[in-house]
Amino acid sequence: MQAANANGAETGPTDEYVTVYVADTLFGLAIERVHDVFVPSGVTPVPLAPDEIVGLLNLRGRVVTAVCLRRRLGLPDAVAQDDKASPKMAIGLEQTGETFALVVDGVGEVLRLGADSREAVPINLDPRWRNLATFVHRLDGRLLVILDVDALLGFSAAGAKAA
Amino acid sequence: MDDLLREFLTESGEHLDTVDAELVRFEQDPNNQTILRNIFRLVHTIKGTCGFLGLPRLEALAHAAETLMGRFRDGLPATSESVTVILSTLDRLKAILADLEATGAEPAGSDDDLILELERMATAEPAAAPAPPPEPVLPEPVSRELKPGEVSLDDLEAAFLAAPGPGEADFAAPVAPPVAASKVEAPKTEAPKVEAVKALAPKAPTQKAAAPRAEPAETDSGKAEPAGDAEAVVATETTAAGSKIQTIRVNVDTLEHLMTMVSELVLTRNQLLEIARRHEDSSYKVPLQRLSHVTAELQEGVMKTRMQPIGSAWQKLPRVVRDLSAELGKQIDLVMVGAETELDRQVLEVIKDPLTHMVRNSADHGLESTAGRIAAGKPARGTIRLAAYHEGGTITIEIADDGKGLDLAAIRKKAVERGLAAQADVERMTDAQVAKFIFDAGFSTAAAVTSVSGRGVGMDVVKTNIETIGGIIDIATTAGRGTTFTIKIPLTLAIVAALIVRAGEHRFALPQVAVLELVRVDAGAQRVERINGSPVLRLRERLLPIVSLTGLLGQSSGQGTETEQAGFVVVAQVGRERFGILVDEVFHTEEIVVKPMSAKLRHIPMFAGNTILGDGAVVLIVDPNGVARQVAQGIQGSNSHADADAEAETADLGDAKTTLLVFKGGQGSFKAVPLSLVTRLEEIECDKVEWLGGRPLIQYRGRLMPLVPADAAITIRSEGTQALVVFSDGERAMGLVVDEIVDIVEERLDIEIAADRSDLIGSAVLRGRATDIINIAHFLPLAYDDWARGPKRAEQVSTLLLVDDSAFFRDMLSPVLKAAGYQVITAASADAALTILQSDARIEVVVTDLEMPGRSGFDLVAAMRGAEPRLAGLPVIGLTEAVGTDVVERARMLAISDLVAKFDRSGLIAALAEISTAKVSQAA
Repeated sequence: MQAANANGAETGPTDEYVTVYVADTLFGLAIERVHDVFVPSGVTPVPLAPDEIVGLLNLRGRVVTAVCLRRRLGLPDAVAQDDKASPKMAIGLEQTGETFALVVDGVGEVLRLGADSREAVPINLDPRWRNLATFVHRLDGRLLVILDVDALLGFSAAGAKAA
Repeated sequence: MDDLLREFLTESGEHLDTVDAELVRFEQDPNNQTILRNIFRLVHTIKGTCGFLGLPRLEALAHAAETLMGRFRDGLPATSESVTVILSTLDRLKAILADLEATGAEPAGSDDDLILELERMATAEPAAAPAPPPEPVLPEPVSRELKPGEVSLDDLEAAFLAAPGPGEADFAAPVAPPVAASKVEAPKTEAPKVEAVKALAPKAPTQKAAAPRAEPAETDSGKAEPAGDAEAVVATETTAAGSKIQTIRVNVDTLEHLMTMVSELVLTRNQLLEIARRHEDSSYKVPLQRLSHVTAELQEGVMKTRMQPIGSAWQKLPRVVRDLSAELGKQIDLVMVGAETELDRQVLEVIKDPLTHMVRNSADHGLESTAGRIAAGKPARGTIRLAAYHEGGTITIEIADDGKGLDLAAIRKKAVERGLAAQADVERMTDAQVAKFIFDAGFSTAAAVTSVSGRGVGMDVVKTNIETIGGIIDIATTAGRGTTFTIKIPLTLAIVAALIVRAGEHRFALPQVAVLELVRVDAGAQRVERINGSPVLRLRERLLPIVSLTGLLGQSSGQGTETEQAGFVVVAQVGRERFGILVDEVFHTEEIVVKPMSAKLRHIPMFAGNTILGDGAVVLIVDPNGVARQVAQGIQGSNSHADADAEAETADLGDAKTTLLVFKGGQGSFKAVPLSLVTRLEEIECDKVEWLGGRPLIQYRGRLMPLVPADAAITIRSEGTQALVVFSDGERAMGLVVDEIVDIVEERLDIEIAADRSDLIGSAVLRGRATDIINIAHFLPLAYDDWARGPKRAEQVSTLLLVDDSAFFRDMLSPVLKAAGYQVITAASADAALTILQSDARIEVVVTDLEMPGRSGFDLVAAMRGAEPRLAGLPVIGLTEAVGTDVVERARMLAISDLVAKFDRSGLIAALAEISTAKVSQAA
């Protein structure tokens, strides 16, 4: 049933999401915030940087800050073998004029979802996740956690700025 | 608003600015005909354009000013008074232009006052003036290809000649013949020009329709010179400012886009080169080579378009200073150094206003009155010095005055009044820190608000503006000698030559401006030696402190030794500081486009930005200033990076000051206790004191608080109010009964006479008075019998080593730690601590002061980490007076578990508790 909705067969207002997955969870990002989907390569790590930032990379002449979704969600880094099996993907996002690359395990399809499958974020979620998620969609057989792009990129500079 | 008008507005604005500056020069050097001619020409241009566009107010004003200047040229002496009138005329012109920009029409109003004044001056001395002033001498000020809809200067000139004078507004008879005659040589443009001139007669406010698209290429200035003006154009006229400057206005966004595209092009070219290298087909090679050259040149060209000399932001300042000098009755010299320093134009826009503001401030607040200066034995003329230069990859702008310096006492007072900081904090701050209060919104210590400044608006805006472009601003002030503001703007968007080096696994760019030379180091002759663990290099009979880039960046330090065997030392200089940066490999130099660091990474002091190299890789640009700061921390005393910093550091390291609360306790003697131990000061009604079991108590915040006299001689008063010093620890509080609270002082604590009484630590001289320093550890058990016994925490006793060079702190902390249930062993130095650590296996935690003379706490921890596994794994808590980023960074590198402020007892206990729980969970 939801699958039908997911294909845009319903009449109510719908939102489109780019789905990405990390570990076993499916996440959605509002499509209007997504500028690019690309394979990150040549990432230059930044010493002394906050943990979430894996480094800088060159996206067609622009320097882009790569943020790891796994680390942002407090998940352990993917095991090395996984890397070889499926190269990581990155989503180009923009915030206040700066471009960021959100490094994820993989990118899925674009889903069009209506309000009927939408649920509030369960309150028993890890607070870290709760702060990043806006709501959850019930899909056929799995759940889609919609992420708030601004919250995702809203982490502070490791508190070191205060000094 | 049509394009023509907009163009006119921008151009006239610029011309007026130039005239401003030139007039001030002219006033000082009235015999300089070159300057005068230049001014005359600019005003003339403005006047002509106004007439052309049908702006009668502007035109009339400009005409009157021009007339007066014409008289100067004819030999009328330029008095200060007349220059002032011309300057105010220029201001009026600017105001009208501003209105015009906002509304698209000339505002209503009369300028008769100024015009009359100008005319009066022009006619004041009719002696030498020949009736018709000679025709203005006109070089070509603007000569470029015209955009559609524009009119060439020659047209304007013609229009000017044709335009009616101010007094003859109704006389509208364009003098067309000379213009028409000149058109013989430029047939294609003839029609539009004639039309344009004709259009003047009805004074159409918008000219766009009347001036049709002229064929731009045809208006060669030489050809189109109106014949009627032939005598006016003197070929030898090539003054500095009047020489041909060919410019075109381009939107910055366009340039930005162009820049990105060129970068793309460079990358693509590089990829092509790579492919060509792999294929042996040489037919590609030649065109590819050409492509390569063209791309490089293109890149260079595009980059240059963004740069502008800082002088263009300074243009207005001579005028500003001149006016201020008249208004304030001070004699002020403005010295400008380094006006040619090039700056990204966006950055320039942002700093323009702050600079003007700061110069005004210096003139008004900084410099004393002439009388004051003479009284202080200084030259009567005050100097404001502006300097700009590139330094270590940043652009530094200094605004210095030789005035009286900031009134730090007043700032301290004001800061407390405004609630920006507590009295105690203010006392503890260094002068440099105090000076920074002037950047707070609404902060002004000016006794009187002048029209120039003192309203407390401004410096905060200055700071915000500078910070938005990632810059920093610093103040150095010396009482009686002046104040220097230093603005450092990172080379955001600027282009620098950089040395590409490798450290560890990654490449970094080092701005070449900071690099003096490269030295190869090996295990032989040029080898890195160590003094107490700090690497140094002998370089031509001098010792050079060395830092390893990998170490600095917190990467594996094990590699450092290898690098020392076969690496390179980049000798760098920042300010007066020279140091060597140890890297593994040096590749080449490259012109790099500095891209700003992401906002998320801007806090890392080591990097000035990042860039994309020719091969498409992103590399980080190392900030030599950040490195210098790190180096300076290792080598105390040679810190010369910035005066303010140096000041702050010597104050922190050299003589640590302690803030003490001084009170009277018993027989009028003075006693003191470190303020940081005090929770609160209270004044209570004496009838609130209750006695239980022979002990005095009060109800305090819903609990009972025992009172303890600070001295046996003190008796709790029976009436009136009683002063209390409240100490608390967790849920418990104790009131120390004192006679009177006297003062809070910040002094270097030197206990001169140790006391043999347990309630005193000893005696010291504070503010010239002998003062007993009380031992709080003595009083706490008096209030609660079990305070020292650690009632709840007894189940887990672990042994800790407390390292602090100050006996005072050891004495102060030991009872607290014992009360928290720890066995405490103390050591007075890092060396003593190491000895104890090696012999005593019971020690589970080390608490150490990080700032100690000789070997610091960092050295101790570093030594521990390199020692046997038992010591290497010991948790360490660092005590420090100031927790700065660099301290945090060093601590992190040495795996110090926690940093606690020196007086934060509860923080220390909490940190210790955390370590014990961590240990328990590890064991489980």
